[in-house]
Amino acid sequence: MARQKKLLRDSYHQARWDEPIIFEMSVPGERGVLVPRACQDIVNQVGDGVSAIPANLRRKKSPALPEVNQMRVNRHYYHLSQETLGTDVTLGISEGTCTMKYSPKIQEHMAARHPGIVDVHPLQCPETMQGILETYYQVEQFLKEISGMDAFSLQPGGGAHGVFANASMIRSYHRARGDKKRTEIITTMFSHPCDAATPNTAGFKVITLMPDESGYPDLEAMKAALSDRTAGIMITNPEDTGIYNPRIEEYVKAAHAVGALCSYDQANANGMLGIHRAREAGFDLVHFNLHKTFSAPHGSMGPATGAIGVKEFLKPYLPVPRVEFDGHKYLLNSNYPESIGKVRTFFGNTNVVLKTYMWIMQHGAEGLKEAAICSVLNNQYFMKKIAEIPGVVIWYAKGKRRLEQVRYSWEKLKQDTGVGTDDVNKRIVDFGIEHYWTSHHPWVVPEPFTLEPCDSYNKEDLDEYVEVLRQISKEAYEDPDFVKRSPHKAASHRPTHEAIDDADLIAVTWRQYLKKKAKP
Amino acid sequence: MKTLGVIVNPIAGIGGKVGLKGSDGLEILKKAREMGAKSDAPRRAQEALHIIAKIKNDIHVLAYPDEMGANECRQAGLEPEIIGSITSNETCPEDTMKAAQKMTERGIDLILFAGGDGTARNIFSAIGSSIPVLGIPAGVKIHSAVYAINPHSAGEVASLYLQGKVVNLREAEVMDIDEEAFRQGRVSARLYGYLKVPVERRVQSVKSGARSEQAEVEGMAAEIIAGMDADTLYVIGPGTTTRSIMERLGLPNTLLGVDVIFDRKLIARDVNENQLFDLINQHGKARIIVTAIGGQGHILGRGNQQISPRIIRLVGKDNLTVVASRDKLVALQPHPLLVDTGDPSLDQELLGYVRVVTGWEDSIMYRISDDAE
Repeated sequence: MARQKKLLRDSYHQARWDEPIIFEMSVPGERGVLVPRACQDIVNQVGDGVSAIPANLRRKKSPALPEVNQMRVNRHYYHLSQETLGTDVTLGISEGTCTMKYSPKIQEHMAARHPGIVDVHPLQCPETMQGILETYYQVEQFLKEISGMDAFSLQPGGGAHGVFANASMIRSYHRARGDKKRTEIITTMFSHPCDAATPNTAGFKVITLMPDESGYPDLEAMKAALSDRTAGIMITNPEDTGIYNPRIEEYVKAAHAVGALCSYDQANANGMLGIHRAREAGFDLVHFNLHKTFSAPHGSMGPATGAIGVKEFLKPYLPVPRVEFDGHKYLLNSNYPESIGKVRTFFGNTNVVLKTYMWIMQHGAEGLKEAAICSVLNNQYFMKKIAEIPGVVIWYAKGKRRLEQVRYSWEKLKQDTGVGTDDVNKRIVDFGIEHYWTSHHPWVVPEPFTLEPCDSYNKEDLDEYVEVLRQISKEAYEDPDFVKRSPHKAASHRPTHEAIDDADLIAVTWRQYLKKKAKP
Repeated sequence: MKTLGVIVNPIAGIGGKVGLKGSDGLEILKKAREMGAKSDAPRRAQEALHIIAKIKNDIHVLAYPDEMGANECRQAGLEPEIIGSITSNETCPEDTMKAAQKMTERGIDLILFAGGDGTARNIFSAIGSSIPVLGIPAGVKIHSAVYAINPHSAGEVASLYLQGKVVNLREAEVMDIDEEAFRQGRVSARLYGYLKVPVERRVQSVKSGARSEQAEVEGMAAEIIAGMDADTLYVIGPGTTTRSIMERLGLPNTLLGVDVIFDRKLIARDVNENQLFDLINQHGKARIIVTAIGGQGHILGRGNQQISPRIIRLVGKDNLTVVASRDKLVALQPHPLLVDTGDPSLDQELLGYVRVVTGWEDSIMYRISDDAE
């Protein structure tokens, strides 16, 4: 039975509050909280509370914080929240490659409130934070089983950070063997861009493989690129197109044959849990984004964890400290002289690891596999429905299934009507749906959009999304200018690319804003 | 208010309809007309102008008379100011050139023209790269990169440019048939120069952290220079991409010709095939650096015929470096890079994969074919 009045929320209208920046609302002297003065007993004990700080560390001027009363602050942030769309109010299907699955609220509650995590400081001695360390240790065991790898580190604070750590381990491995000529990493055009960018940052030259006619990375091109200079291959599977590469083993074998290591980007492994493992595909290194596949929420730069896993022979290079168990207690071990070192303060984003632990414990092995199956099934239904919408094209591998996501194209819509993916992406907001993810750079598939209907969504959700796209396509063929002028019912309108890219127009702090505004 | 100039070559593409190679020259035109050919250019121009008509209140339009633009504008719903004069049904390349000149003198913002390679070449010879232009593809031969992919897209990009929503300009190749080679029985295109063309970006905005094409090309130049050996002669082929290497070295360069450098110094400018052959013979060790020329992906045999089969054999195919921006390769795919050296057996040897240098420590494996498919 339908729980929505109708699939298409065509009466939707977003709030627009004309809200100033909080700093602009400042009234000198206004306060949200009046902090009571310390009573005499306390002053007698600790002094004035300021003079204990060395004079050179004390600020001369008060911080330029906005002076706003509490009720207005509250109202202000509610207004802003009503001018955004996030996964709690809309369908996260839009963010293909991001796996925006539902993160059960109990997880949020525990991570934000449980004294075992919020009252603990990472500099405490390990004996006093056995619970957190056990969580780390257990999550490592789970990930070992899921991937087939022999050891994991949960230290990297994001997916790209994890891939960077993997590139660093590849570098350390070859160096330790005295092999200095291995300066090249091979990746593919539809792998996540960090598979090219982070090895580059780690000092490697990067060679990218273009897709062949079927959308797979060109194996012959890879064989032509491989040599005794190849340090490793760093590839994503399934790639951004959602196409799973069934011949992945051949790529791995070809790389191993020249002495290169193989790193598997499984940032979104949502279609693979319990079905396919990096080990069986022959990989030496792997990474998972705990904030995608394992449900921890993410966006706006985190919080995230790029869990990195390796085979036994690479274990010495993993970041330190490592969480270990001696049979009685959990401890932090930094005694790995060949380690690439510490890659993140303390031991990473503990709250993400906790949510991962909870999510896996709630699902169990069978549940994880079921999540993968649901996400793949959802995608089959979704792709079939979207392919029927006029103007949509699906590049590559005609008639073949995609795994858990699809890179679609509005190429035909653009040719027929002039309405392109950026235009559809503006209009979609008028139906209460979050902007979709177009594509990583560059747009190899023209007018792209990438959708991922992961395990959290049901048929009704998918049908709603399809209905919105169908409606916009219809509008584009009937009145393209109407779509091109959209959004009509959203808080913000059509910022131009030029404005977004112009460094002179971007201010990320109030101080920067004032400075740039004062410029002639 | 921005001003748009419209030029239609009313006979563009007429030869192709009846199986002739191009429409340049009065003889061919006469023959084509006798065979009952009609040009598609007016219809294609109208299709593009129809889109521009949506912003007609925000722009001023200049057009050449009758079938050279005025008719097409009116049929698309525009009210152009007519300049110049023609003899209807007897237009010739000089009319295109005059039209471009007169419009440039008026200080307009963009010329939108419909035609083929010959038309682009006429416009280039009349006004060089003084003002931005954009081609509506309507000719038999489209080797030039100054054309939008189709009339619709030409109209879109021109509209966006006139509204200030597209601001990037790219130097795009003007290619046309090499008459000399043609007389020798070989169809080959020559690089005549570059026109400035507005480009709608096919890349993501700031969210993806995309670098500009210009920054990537500068990185490519730095990468090439960092890898240069002091004992090797470097043969720098034509084009704006290879030009960036010369610019970074602070050397003068020949945009349409081949320059030679040794120990990071220029030792010969704009060499012909014979001079190049002698230089390489004297030095022994050499490396050739070329880029894809034009819209079809030729790395050898278009616009760089000085780098002849015997020179490629002398240098050795392993000493051939291809450079290009990522954007250029992405725009090319799924089509391969092409070789057409004039020596089919050499072309065969060059097939396979080449590592195209695309940026600083960055390259793409790309397929080379002798068949555009």
